[in-house]
Amino acid sequence: MDPDATSGPDTGDQDSAAQLCARVAEANSAGTPLRIAGGGTKAFYGRTVDAPALELTGHRGITHYDPVELVVSVRAGTPLTELERTLAASGQQLPFEPPHFGSAATVGGMVSTGLSGPRRPWSGAVRDFVLGTRLISHDGQHLRFGGEVMKNVAGYDLSRLVTGAQGTLGVITEVSLKVLPLPGAAHSLRLQLPLEAAMAKLAKWGRQPVPLTAAAWHDGALHLRLEGGARSVDANRARLGGETLDPDFWRQLREHELPFFDPADPRPLWRLSVPHTTPPVDLDGDWLLDWAGAQRWLRSELPASAIREAATRAGGHATCYTPSAAEPFTPLGPVLAKYHRQVKARLDPKGIFNPGRLYRDL
Amino acid sequence: MNILFDERLDGALPTVDAEATLQRLREALPGMTLLHSEEDRRPFECDGLSAYRVMPMLVALPETLEQVTTLLRTCHALQVPVVTRGAGTGLSGGALPLEKGVLLVMSRFNRILELDPDARIARVQPGVRNLAISEAAAPHGLYYAPDPSSQIACSIGGNVAENAGGVHCLKYGLTVHNVLALEVITMEGEPMTIGSEALDAPGFDLLALFHGSEGMLGIITEVTVKLLPRPQSAKVIMASFDDLGKAGRAVGDIIAAGIVPGGLEMMDNLAIRAAEDFIHAGYPVEAEAILLCELDGVEADVADDCQRVREVLAQAGATGIILARDDAERARFWAGRKNAFPAVGRLSPDYYCMDGTIPRRELPRVLKGIAELSDESGLRVANVFHAGDGNLHPLILFDANRSGELALAESVGGRILELCVEVGGTITGEHGVGREKINQMCAQFEDAEITVFHAVKAAFDPEGLLNPGKNIPTLARCAEYGAMHVHDNQLPHPELPRF
Repeated sequence: MDPDATSGPDTGDQDSAAQLCARVAEANSAGTPLRIAGGGTKAFYGRTVDAPALELTGHRGITHYDPVELVVSVRAGTPLTELERTLAASGQQLPFEPPHFGSAATVGGMVSTGLSGPRRPWSGAVRDFVLGTRLISHDGQHLRFGGEVMKNVAGYDLSRLVTGAQGTLGVITEVSLKVLPLPGAAHSLRLQLPLEAAMAKLAKWGRQPVPLTAAAWHDGALHLRLEGGARSVDANRARLGGETLDPDFWRQLREHELPFFDPADPRPLWRLSVPHTTPPVDLDGDWLLDWAGAQRWLRSELPASAIREAATRAGGHATCYTPSAAEPFTPLGPVLAKYHRQVKARLDPKGIFNPGRLYRDL
Repeated sequence: MNILFDERLDGALPTVDAEATLQRLREALPGMTLLHSEEDRRPFECDGLSAYRVMPMLVALPETLEQVTTLLRTCHALQVPVVTRGAGTGLSGGALPLEKGVLLVMSRFNRILELDPDARIARVQPGVRNLAISEAAAPHGLYYAPDPSSQIACSIGGNVAENAGGVHCLKYGLTVHNVLALEVITMEGEPMTIGSEALDAPGFDLLALFHGSEGMLGIITEVTVKLLPRPQSAKVIMASFDDLGKAGRAVGDIIAAGIVPGGLEMMDNLAIRAAEDFIHAGYPVEAEAILLCELDGVEADVADDCQRVREVLAQAGATGIILARDDAERARFWAGRKNAFPAVGRLSPDYYCMDGTIPRRELPRVLKGIAELSDESGLRVANVFHAGDGNLHPLILFDANRSGELALAESVGGRILELCVEVGGTITGEHGVGREKINQMCAQFEDAEITVFHAVKAAFDPEGLLNPGKNIPTLARCAEYGAMHVHDNQLPHPELPRF
């Protein structure tokens, strides 16, 4: 397999680890912060970091891919589309369907933000497929945690700790991911159902062998995707009925390209992550439920405090997706915050990695 | 190098006054069971790694969270180390006590607090047995997926501490993939909720960090697990091979066919014979290797996959292919595998179980290396593998009553793990480092990486009071281990081949 076979003019294989390590060591000595940058497609997701960029896009390429092992190792600056194309050519995929939010999206950004798409409740999230990472520590050393094997409990799980940590603990330069075969068959459908009825159905199907891999509700309709063997997909297709849905719906949902996500909408966009059985949350605004109810998008003018309070009451949290939100992420309780600060202080004592990206004091 | 805590290599432990500690804990916790007589402490001197025993200074058996909190605060104030223990089934000595430490036994926290079939979650105390969760969920058609071989006895708190696996990991993941939230108390006695019943939580993924942390970051007091709907259909195919290498290649062929089996296990001839003698599972005792391939899911898909797997196995040169006729035969096939350790234990006074994981393509090379080590040392090795995910459990047979055999078995085991690291694998797939593999950590990680592990530990327990000496070696220990390797002529068994 040649990872470059299908790549465009701006892709290729390039190892910039030595330069990156030198930059980090220099920044650490001087005590000057760095803003770790990939394709910039998820720059909106978090607080602004006012510091010179450490560009990862020059560190790219698939370093190892053996489809029979179900593992791929890839440098952080590799375009996500290039990785997905390479996997698809071998009949495999990233099961967590990461959002790109733009053609420049990189593998490093995917891991650093930890965002997953519609299949997440059934497949697991990015962190569930991360097997190993290479990481630049605050003093500029290139380290390796985890590896290319499915099971590995040697030492603390640094690879998953840095997944979703938004570059605040170190620079991810390479990642090894578990991959899975593409499903043999798929069918997407749409059922006209009010929200309560849709949620009751999802609760029932959740305890049955229905091969669901996506479930979203919006505007009076439940959208479902079935994936698996041809015979089980066909049987459930007949059983569930409804009208056939263009499978591109799931890409549009993942990429926030549905009309609901129209960037021209002046109301802030909120993501509520709550237990999937949470009854409809009583907040004014427009709702779109994904992940069978575990991820709920809300367009609302309500104050952040009201939205956060409702999410917390439901046992979850709320994130503001509208750029330049003062505090996009739900504040941590005092004990959790203390241990977050201590983890940050031990791994990045001079605070050079993306300071303030997650929270003001991290 | 001695496996027991060695202050010269593992760092000085605080000076602890046993009498004063007993006195203070009795005052602070009048209602808590605190064992101090030698005969009461004796049952706790080892976990599942029974070759290593240390008498704990005191054994605490709290029953309430308040007691755990007070115990930790008191020990923190007195600077007394605390080793946490669940059911004591761990195979790496993760709960090996300390002479100068309190052993905190969580077995009395054994209640299922909540089981919500619609949310498909169970909220349980850490002492609840792994299998008890699936039994409680069964009436709702649900189960808890990770199934370590010790599942009838091991507790969920220990499963989290070691990130336990089992025979269905390739498809269903390890403990870390099946836990939603933890309640934790830190060494300073602070309670903290990690994760939530939602699918993610703000901040760092401390939930993942606590999995496999071996009681070194905090005490787990509650676990919320995911439950899955029981697969509609599960079938097991047993294939026999006249050659281990062919069986290994067949594993890759099944995956290459785009099939992800629920379980994919391999046993070699010695393990097959041992299991057959013990369990009468119906295994072909003349085979050099068998594969057990479980396919589960929606009925129609399972039937299709069974057909494809049979074709793949035939193509791969299987000498026999049997589909379990019914659930009873399926259970029997699995019983042989799940009892492979005790079965092998009947062949020899003692055995030493290894837990390396390798990329599957390296299986032939590693098997050959293990066979050579077995020939050279004169110790028999039975091989049991979670073949689907490359997790090997070579069982080294020895007799501890024969002078030098334990050391020889340890040496062979250490070499097997180093071989796993050399081919790009790891020293432990699911049993944990504990105390057992503390030296091999030095082979897997560079000093700079070990320094990062110590930094993580210090973020939660700067004084190093939680389970000192486990999981992460000191740089001093690695220096000594490295020196042993540099001066080959000083190795305990220089006659053994090295890789």
